[in-house]
Amino acid sequence: MLQSIRSVAERPIARRWLLVTGLSLGLMAAMPSAKAQDTIKIGILHSLSGTMAISETTLKDVMLMLIEEQNKKGGVLGKKLEAVVVDPASNWPLFAEKARELITKDKVSVVFGCWTSVSRKSVLPVFKELNSILFYPVQYEGEESERNVFYTGAAPNQQAIPAVDYLMKDEKVQRWVLAGTDYVYPRTTNKILEAYLKAKGVKPEDIMINYTPFGHSDWQTIVADIKKFGSAGKKTAVVSTINGDANVPFYKELGNQGVKAKDIPVVAFSVGEEELAGIDTKPLLGHLAAWNYFESIKNPANADFISKWKAFTKNPKRVTNDPMEAHVIGFAMWVKAVEKAKSFDPDKVIAALPGIEAPNLTGGVSKMLPNHHITKPVFIGEVRADGQFDVVWKTPGLVPGDAWSKELDGSKDLIGDWVTLKCGNYNTKTKKCMSGT
Amino acid sequence: MRFLRDRFVALLLAALIAAVAAPAAQAASLAEALTKFTTDEFSDTAEAIADVAGSGDARATTIIEALQDGRLLYNGEQKTVFYKDKSGKLIDAATGQAVAGDPPANLAAVRINNRIRRSIDAALGELTLRAPDPAKRFDAAQAVFKSRDANALESLDAAIAKETDLRVKKAFAEARAAIVLYQAETSEADKLDAVAVVRARGDQDALQLLGGLPNETPASVRTAARDAVAAMQSQQAMWSTVQNVWYGLSLGSVLLLAAIGLAITFGVMGVINMAHGEMVMLGAYVTFAVQELIRTNNPGLFDYSLFIAVPLAFVVTGLVGILIEQGIIRFLYGRPLETLLATWGLSLVLQQAVRTAFGPTNKEVGAPSWMSGAFNIGQINVTYGRLWIIVFTLAVFAALLALLRFTRLGLEMRAVTQNRSMAASMGIRTARVDALTFGLGSGIAGIAGVALSQIDNVSPNLGQSYIIDSFLVVVFGGVGNLWGTLVGAFTLGIANKFLEPFAGAVLGKIAILVLIILFIQKRPRGLFALKGRAVEA
Repeated sequence: MLQSIRSVAERPIARRWLLVTGLSLGLMAAMPSAKAQDTIKIGILHSLSGTMAISETTLKDVMLMLIEEQNKKGGVLGKKLEAVVVDPASNWPLFAEKARELITKDKVSVVFGCWTSVSRKSVLPVFKELNSILFYPVQYEGEESERNVFYTGAAPNQQAIPAVDYLMKDEKVQRWVLAGTDYVYPRTTNKILEAYLKAKGVKPEDIMINYTPFGHSDWQTIVADIKKFGSAGKKTAVVSTINGDANVPFYKELGNQGVKAKDIPVVAFSVGEEELAGIDTKPLLGHLAAWNYFESIKNPANADFISKWKAFTKNPKRVTNDPMEAHVIGFAMWVKAVEKAKSFDPDKVIAALPGIEAPNLTGGVSKMLPNHHITKPVFIGEVRADGQFDVVWKTPGLVPGDAWSKELDGSKDLIGDWVTLKCGNYNTKTKKCMSGT
Repeated sequence: MRFLRDRFVALLLAALIAAVAAPAAQAASLAEALTKFTTDEFSDTAEAIADVAGSGDARATTIIEALQDGRLLYNGEQKTVFYKDKSGKLIDAATGQAVAGDPPANLAAVRINNRIRRSIDAALGELTLRAPDPAKRFDAAQAVFKSRDANALESLDAAIAKETDLRVKKAFAEARAAIVLYQAETSEADKLDAVAVVRARGDQDALQLLGGLPNETPASVRTAARDAVAAMQSQQAMWSTVQNVWYGLSLGSVLLLAAIGLAITFGVMGVINMAHGEMVMLGAYVTFAVQELIRTNNPGLFDYSLFIAVPLAFVVTGLVGILIEQGIIRFLYGRPLETLLATWGLSLVLQQAVRTAFGPTNKEVGAPSWMSGAFNIGQINVTYGRLWIIVFTLAVFAALLALLRFTRLGLEMRAVTQNRSMAASMGIRTARVDALTFGLGSGIAGIAGVALSQIDNVSPNLGQSYIIDSFLVVVFGGVGNLWGTLVGAFTLGIANKFLEPFAGAVLGKIAILVLIILFIQKRPRGLFALKGRAVEA
């Protein structure tokens, strides 16, 4: 092997090439360090290739836009911000590696990133060990509160529970199909929902739980089963935690088999404007989604954000969605916390963050809570013909995120409080911190 | 006498007043009902629908249809309501006059949700019971069957008396039975008759109806309904076996379609082509590009988009295949491990290239009208899309067999794969045949992509989900045998669909994998192993 390299290097043209590449590599390495003195680096840890690129690439773009905007306003504490983009390629162990690289090599002050829960779990030890900050923008299954992580997406009580409440009260649903992709988020969410429904008096035979593998594409049997389950004389609804690529064939099959929203509505927690962009939505009219933000919400802040986003991406067809709003809120909170702490030091920023308020794009003001989750409004939207959602219901005010679900036996006594108790899983019954930190 | 005359005059007067006042009262109630559309509250909209439908106005159907299609517009401040007719002309809903001049400002569409959609269906059902088109009357009957609105009973009875179309008459009778069953005041005997009518219908809507009878239903009716439900369920259980076979055939056809190209490149040529899935993906993107061009240039051609996409996808992916063979694979013949790694790397490159060119998000590929919708055979639901995919797969399979059997290229391909040196010494340019064979396999994968774009995501990851299944089918069926691939695909499809209801989708898939591993242990060369001396050479 070595010999062959040498023989290549000894060829005159190859030698020149080596020289050029070596030089440019050196230049590239030198450039950021020259700039490093007067900029503050922000890590962006979103997959740009692999399965999750479909969702995460957009979040990378929105972060770049936010950073560019902040720089136009003069940066933070008089320093310009600089984005460091890495590609963890939808590969969970690589997330941890790239996180380590961002914190130790690039010396970023904060990281915005991750989508799937497994990627978050994978980077968690790195952020704890190296004491840095992660903003996590996606709705997730809860049951977590970490000192180094700030959860700007919805906890189950900010998405799943209100959606079920809506179906129960407004649509008089009595029979439930909980359908999900087979991994941690749907499993935990469905466990919470099952406990919640049973507590509300729903009988076990009126709940059907179904899991499918990632990327499941043949939905014929399951949709037929749902139809059968729905023909027992009680109003039936599907609560879908089906994630990613599997949604398109699922909705196509629903449309083909004539499952109409007015008969059996499907409420989804992972289907937003971006996912609908790949589907012909006419057969889906009226199916539901529960989010903390919809692009269709009329509001000056939202209109401003949408027009900026379209200008930034130079694509008038680009849509906005809920995790993007979460990054907008998270970034604004981080900027405010840094200004309050007058420092980029992780410990000082982590201490400053709880209590920080930032306007969301739907007209309210979200607040960072001591458990590192935020307050958010909950909206239920119905799919429109143009791939957007019509809000048909919303919570009267903002809902504070619960780190630990009140529905599950294992977690109902736990709270997270990093301000007074300095603990992510404090048991209010035994008055003890479970992790002992 | 005088008294009588007075009464007569009074009567006449009253009749006159009534005659004059009636249309005015109607118009007033329509106008009143319309203002409820302007509050932007779902509960008011629901009331407005009932009022408009009940107003008896001739425009009621038009207005409610406009609401259904989102063509009903309102101005919240002036409390005025307009609708756009099919040609896009703006019409004042209260007067029925077209709006002259500039359209009024600040018009917004009246919003609807699922509850409103159900009210619309119920209202339209009642209004269109007497429609001239039998298909419309049939739909109306279905809508009433679902809404069970007691107000419709009178018009339904009148409609039944006049109906001549047997199918529609039956649907009317079913709708009537549905209302009767949910009405408190009807007699027990009537209700028992109604149960029998609904039982004869026998589908899932009938089950839904009988399963949810109100609490005050008499005990005898309840027992009859329970019997009916049990009978219908056992009948449906029988049908579900047929349904599983159908779903299995459909899944099998998808597997076959995805694997058929691989049966050429891997089965016949022996190249472990990990980039096979990406050829499928490229085919799907060709479909997207064709549809996009048609949408912008000639929307009328949309229904033919797939006919254009199929040959184009074959040519594009076939050429890419030849390029890959010439550029990479031909240097790696006889080195399966290197081929595996190289083609796997290539698959990543192709994915990322498409991601960069088209973006990471899913692309919308529409279904032409002849591929959307479904029909029923007995109790099973057959979707047109799936049916056409089965037909298409078998057609591709037959065409490929014919090509291998009857053309010169086919003969040369078989010769080269069976004994390369012998074929070469007979004057066949083996290198050229290799390239063409690989191109053919890739081209067929591209065609598969066109069909799969109808049922799956068109995203850069499309191919990944099919590569494992494709290898499974080819290995299971017997490497090098096209018929084996056919039988293998359908066996796997049907087995999967029979396992899924018991084991669930996740366990079902695992069970299939385990079964195949055991099978391969027993018969390492698959279902139909090729026999012959020179095959392995």
